Amino acid sequence: MAMTTPTLQAPPALATTTEPPAVRRGLIAGALAFIALFLVMPLAVVLAEALRRGVGTYFEAITEPYTLAAVKLTLIAAAVAVPLNLVFGLTAAWAIAKFEFRGKSLLITLIDLPFSVSPVIAGLIYTLMFGAQGWVGPWLIEHDVRIIFALPGIVLATVFVTFPFVARELIPLMQDQGTDEEEAAALLGASGWQIFFRVTLPNVKWALLYGVLLCNARAMGEFGAVAVVSGHIRGVTNTMPLHIEILYNEYKFAASFAVASLLALLAVVTLVAKVLLEWRFGHELAHNRGR
Amino acid sequence: MSIEVRGVEKVFGNFRAIHGVSLNVREGELVALLGPSGSGKTTLLRVIAGLEFPTAGSILFDGEDAVTRHVRERKVGFVFQHYALFKHMTVFNNVAFGLRVKPRADRPAPEEIKAKVDALLDLVQVGQFGNRYPSQLSGGQRQRVALARALAIEPRVLLLDEPFGALDAKVRKELRRWLRGLHDRMGLTSVFVTHDQEEAMELADRVAVMNRGRIEQVGSPTEVYDTPATPFVYEFLGNANRLPCRIEKGRALLGGTVFTEAEKLVDGAGIAFVRPHDIEVTTERLTLSIPAVVRQVLVAGAVAKIELSLEVEPGMIEVALPRGAHWGAPFTAGQKVHWRARTARVFPAADGGAPAAAVEVEPATLK
Repeated sequence: MAMTTPTLQAPPALATTTEPPAVRRGLIAGALAFIALFLVMPLAVVLAEALRRGVGTYFEAITEPYTLAAVKLTLIAAAVAVPLNLVFGLTAAWAIAKFEFRGKSLLITLIDLPFSVSPVIAGLIYTLMFGAQGWVGPWLIEHDVRIIFALPGIVLATVFVTFPFVARELIPLMQDQGTDEEEAAALLGASGWQIFFRVTLPNVKWALLYGVLLCNARAMGEFGAVAVVSGHIRGVTNTMPLHIEILYNEYKFAASFAVASLLALLAVVTLVAKVLLEWRFGHELAHNRGR
Repeated sequence: MSIEVRGVEKVFGNFRAIHGVSLNVREGELVALLGPSGSGKTTLLRVIAGLEFPTAGSILFDGEDAVTRHVRERKVGFVFQHYALFKHMTVFNNVAFGLRVKPRADRPAPEEIKAKVDALLDLVQVGQFGNRYPSQLSGGQRQRVALARALAIEPRVLLLDEPFGALDAKVRKELRRWLRGLHDRMGLTSVFVTHDQEEAMELADRVAVMNRGRIEQVGSPTEVYDTPATPFVYEFLGNANRLPCRIEKGRALLGGTVFTEAEKLVDGAGIAFVRPHDIEVTTERLTLSIPAVVRQVLVAGAVAKIELSLEVEPGMIEVALPRGAHWGAPFTAGQKVHWRARTARVFPAADGGAPAAAVEVEPATLK
């Protein structure tokens, strides 16, 4: 017995649970190279191009009135679209995950529609609906309501394009969590609102935050759909992405890259906010995941 | 608080989960709903709790209709199989939840809540874990917290859905004993669902055996084990040999040999059930005995299991002898023996599950 024991021992853990060092390093290097090439380098190029003519030009470009108007418009569009999609995403995910009803799979498909439809078509839909030659266009003109080539159109297009982000993030999580905790809360005497705010919402808040951040990033960066409905009126209906394109097409490269860096900065701020929140509430996050 | 289930039916789409079930649970009683998965036991429990609305029938709490009451007004303590603790709350906050969501007028003061929750946590022996999150507790501890949370609202009845189903065997046994003790002290009318017959037998005052959405039999653990009302109950509770036989003139025949009485049964095909420990095995022929050959002898702990080959259907029966009895003159494989049933129950074969007129016999008294 004593003689055979050593030979029965399992081979060192290294061999069964991990790859040889060369393979490991190769994989890590590959991943890093990919990130550097496709994520870090473009960002660096944007910054470098923006600052090529010096800091003075850079600040001049980003404090120009048209640029400021574009920034303001982008922030307004995001500020309207994100809360709308937050409410919609939550209600849709709640309905889909917690209840059984007819047409549920249809609803899920419809939520995905903005992902499968080209943003240009999304923009066209609204132009055909509300434009001067559109279905309700003449009526709107009569009543002096401007949607296309105005802020409402831009908001509508942004809402359409960012429609699925929050719902998509929440549905799988809420389906996975099931309804046990909600039932337990109801049995303990909680009302519908109490269940929602004290049980359901805390359980999904991280996914919700993540969905909102993604939604926000897309709302600020959306180009195609907004381009169709905007009309490119400088200082009035130009959002940041549109403004960048116009500047670029006018060979104002430094200004174009300066505004682009600003847009990229907004994205980075969003990501940093997410990391900070995760770092701050990390322990709570861990408990939410444990079942 | 007594619970009366009256002709309850529950239909999901085109699946009938419960067929007109009636059951009375007396004040202070602990009743088990026992059955295989898919027998409708959990659905019945959820209907009683108010988590499902019955398609037909009514639920009465102390004679008062409970169906029209919303689940949050029923004051039912419910313990889920997978605990359903609020993951983002500490153990203390989990237990305090039911008190804190009360309307302002009924809500106890914070100090009162604290005192009550602390007392409950001590009662379920997790007093030192109040600040922990559910994910930091073991399965047994979580289930006890779930119980404390259910008790916090001073429920009128306690319903438990497979309360020990997710626990390992040792913890399950301990918790079962502890729960029985707690029930005896508190006297809260309780219903629990289980698929584990041992659990039902050990814990419950009465057992309701369910099969395919119906209650097959309700009785004390000894009643349902010793005098099963239907073939299903016979096979579901404990081991039983199932012997296809013929009924002729009030007697059951196995391969042409009379082996037990079957009074009041119509002539024709029948099925007899004999428990392995209700079989005698001898080397010589006895009244009503049937010849067989020993196929295999397995001694496992206190019991010797002997498999006998039969010439007739089902070809093999299992006998359980106390080890001591087997020791005197051990049987060996290939030996020719005779066996007879000390007690047996015969059901008409055509009848799948309905209670049958069956009799118990003492073979020795027959001539």
